[in-house]
Amino acid sequence: MTTIIENKKLEKIQQVVDEDNASKISVKEMDVWYGSFHAIKEVTIKIKPNTITAFIGPSGCGKSTFLRLFNRMNDYIESFHFDGKVKIDGKNIYGKKINIDELRKKVGMVFQKPNPFPKSIFENVAYGLRIQGIKDKKLILERVENSLKQVALWDEVKDDLKKSALALSGGQQQRLCIARTLAVEPSVILMDEPTSALDPISTASIEDLIFKLKEKYTIIIVTHNMQQASRISDYTAFFYMGNLVEYNKTEILFTKPEKKRTENYISGKFG
Amino acid sequence: MNNSQKNKLIDTSFKTIGLLFTYFGIAILAILLYKIVHAGYTRINWEFLTSLPSRKPEKAGIYTAIIGTLDLMVLTIIIAIPIGVGAGIYLEEYTKKTKLSLLLEINIANLAGVPSIIYGLLGLGIFVRFFNLGESILSGALTLSLLILPIIIVATREAIKAVPSSLKEASFALGASKWQTIQKVILPSSFGGILTGIILAMSRAIGETAPLIVVGAMAYVPFIPHSLFDSFSVLPMQIFTWTTRPQAGFAIAASAAIIILLILTFAMNGIAVYFRNRWQNKLGK
Amino acid sequence: MKLKEKIIEIVLQFFASITILTTVGIIAVLLFESITFFKSVSIIDFFTDTKWTPLYSNQHFGILALVSGTVLTSTIAISIALPIGLTIAIYLNMYASKTFRKTLKPFLEILAAIPTVVYGFFALSVVTPFLQKIYPGLETFNSLSAGIVMGIMIIPFVSSLSEDALSAVPKSLKEAAFGMGSTKFQTSFRVMVPAASSGITVSVILAISRAIGETMIVAIAAGQQATFTFNPMVPIQTITSYIVQVSMGDAPQGSIEYKTIFAAGLTLFVFTFLLNSFSFYIKKKYQEKYE
Repeated sequence: MTTIIENKKLEKIQQVVDEDNASKISVKEMDVWYGSFHAIKEVTIKIKPNTITAFIGPSGCGKSTFLRLFNRMNDYIESFHFDGKVKIDGKNIYGKKINIDELRKKVGMVFQKPNPFPKSIFENVAYGLRIQGIKDKKLILERVENSLKQVALWDEVKDDLKKSALALSGGQQQRLCIARTLAVEPSVILMDEPTSALDPISTASIEDLIFKLKEKYTIIIVTHNMQQASRISDYTAFFYMGNLVEYNKTEILFTKPEKKRTENYISGKFG
Repeated sequence: MNNSQKNKLIDTSFKTIGLLFTYFGIAILAILLYKIVHAGYTRINWEFLTSLPSRKPEKAGIYTAIIGTLDLMVLTIIIAIPIGVGAGIYLEEYTKKTKLSLLLEINIANLAGVPSIIYGLLGLGIFVRFFNLGESILSGALTLSLLILPIIIVATREAIKAVPSSLKEASFALGASKWQTIQKVILPSSFGGILTGIILAMSRAIGETAPLIVVGAMAYVPFIPHSLFDSFSVLPMQIFTWTTRPQAGFAIAASAAIIILLILTFAMNGIAVYFRNRWQNKLGK
Repeated sequence: MKLKEKIIEIVLQFFASITILTTVGIIAVLLFESITFFKSVSIIDFFTDTKWTPLYSNQHFGILALVSGTVLTSTIAISIALPIGLTIAIYLNMYASKTFRKTLKPFLEILAAIPTVVYGFFALSVVTPFLQKIYPGLETFNSLSAGIVMGIMIIPFVSSLSEDALSAVPKSLKEAAFGMGSTKFQTSFRVMVPAASSGITVSVILAISRAIGETMIVAIAAGQQATFTFNPMVPIQTITSYIVQVSMGDAPQGSIEYKTIFAAGLTLFVFTFLLNSFSFYIKKKYQEKYE
């Protein structure tokens, strides 16, 4: 008798482990508070490798907070505290032995507004390598070129690598910031409304880029723009007031949402 | 005259007074500069800069005073910059908003308002006597460093605050540690502001007299300092001594020395303003 | 790597703690020497005697003689700096064009950058002879000339800080007053100055604190006679210029003359400390109001 029960238990555990292994990121029963404000409420989610997942929802729904859990950017907010587990590649990133700097090399981030450092184009992309203590000039050169090529910026800037990054246009700056992230060779890229400060043409080129990047990276993108989510993402998660309301394949979520609230939001009735 | 005319009259009168007072300040500045330049320019020559002080006013020069001032400034920079900038970084980047950080802030605001002569007494009690450094140029530099520390700390904090937090986040997100972020992103971006603060602090220090009198700057020094423990004089000290002498010749020498001191002070202020503008333009972009 | 970060943090923390050590040092030095001073001098005499003659054979230790000199010069300075500085602030904020303000402000600020020893020389060699033409009875060393020049030096403190306070007043208040047909003068004194009152108060307190602690102008132009008087025409001595006088001489360490400068310094420190703390308190309260 007992062995059967134990076997069943083991089976169940094995199943969970398998699921964890299959997913790049898994979050279990996560709660986040800022002081007494309950920003994220018991969210559980699993994200598969080499996919693009979009987080959508009205302002203040917690989607950005949730995104920033994955590279521990919330740690700097003094009133931040949480309860739950976030695993990336099966490892609890809030565990005691985790080195935050190492985590962030693995989990890159692109921000809402392009934020290049006031340095040259070259130094911007090389920054992440330099802080790792890499001195090999050839390697740095190679990685910078490679990263700029991946974001299709190389041909535009290859003769101006020493120019200030601030001289680039907004769309170019954002591609530079993505290149800067790629140079560190992360496996996950978090994007916090990466096109909200850009014009439609730059937005289209960044979207193309994101779509290509999923071959090599797992991408999570927070966006206000529902067309954008439906255009580029494989999975979509809809957040509302700190709750994960619905999470599904993008085409299903946008065509046959299960919940009324999701339907209202994507049809533009609120938000 | 009706009420509205009366109001109009008051308004115009006040406007005139305001303009007059503003020009009054400028006029005083002009008179001060004119009187001093007029009295002292004849003494400004190479000999004046390279002669030792003397009992005879027409032979007296500012060699030891000016070298003393330069030495003292260099020493003060070396001591005050790392401490001031370091403390500014600590207060802006490492402390959390606790009671302790509030205490530090109140304390620095208070220190900025402590009269400079009190710093002199501190230097006399601590450096000259307690650490037994004597009435030396080192004691003088340590005292001046403490005096200008609040200025450098406040300037550093303001400059760091002006760096957009998005740059800091970008650096952290690339896996940079706190110190790497400070060193490679925050300090380069706030450099202009910090530099401005340091130069302004130095221009304050170069004109200080009272605290140096208390820690024992000499009225008459026939040699330039060779070690940290030598006695010293400085330009303002030399000016002060000459103003207390009855002979008219010393008043002329004092005017000449003041011209040199003002040139140094204004030059530093000018450079500070230049750096501030350049830095603000860069940030604004 | 982690260790390096930790060491850097500790070093920076030490640098920040030097500011605390400075305050502790100031209080410790002043108290330590003052306590031994009060072992030989009665504290009641110190506060009630009106004669201050530690350097003479008939020694008296009445700090009031120095306090009166300090109060006298500071009062003259503030009565110059406050009306002029505040008027300039209102003029620049409410009446002057932007270009005028931008051109003139740096010139006014130069007044604050000039070393005080230069002002002392100016008071003694220019202002006093000029005032003597008007008041022939004015002595060579006097508090009037020193006070006036000190006031001029302080003008930019008052005008700059008050102007900042006026600029911080919400634009809507100004517009509301104009909208009801107020003149600029009425708007200034009925709306702007009351709304900016805490900032202006801070600027005045800091100016007073600055005047009390000012040393070189009085040491050069106001004389070295500690007299309990409020006559601006005669030589006086302030707390600060007394400390300079003793420091210029050769008071041996441990002697009563040596200790007097710490007792005098403590008195000065207490005054300025109270003023600075008060201004900090007002500033904090005022910040909260607008944020």
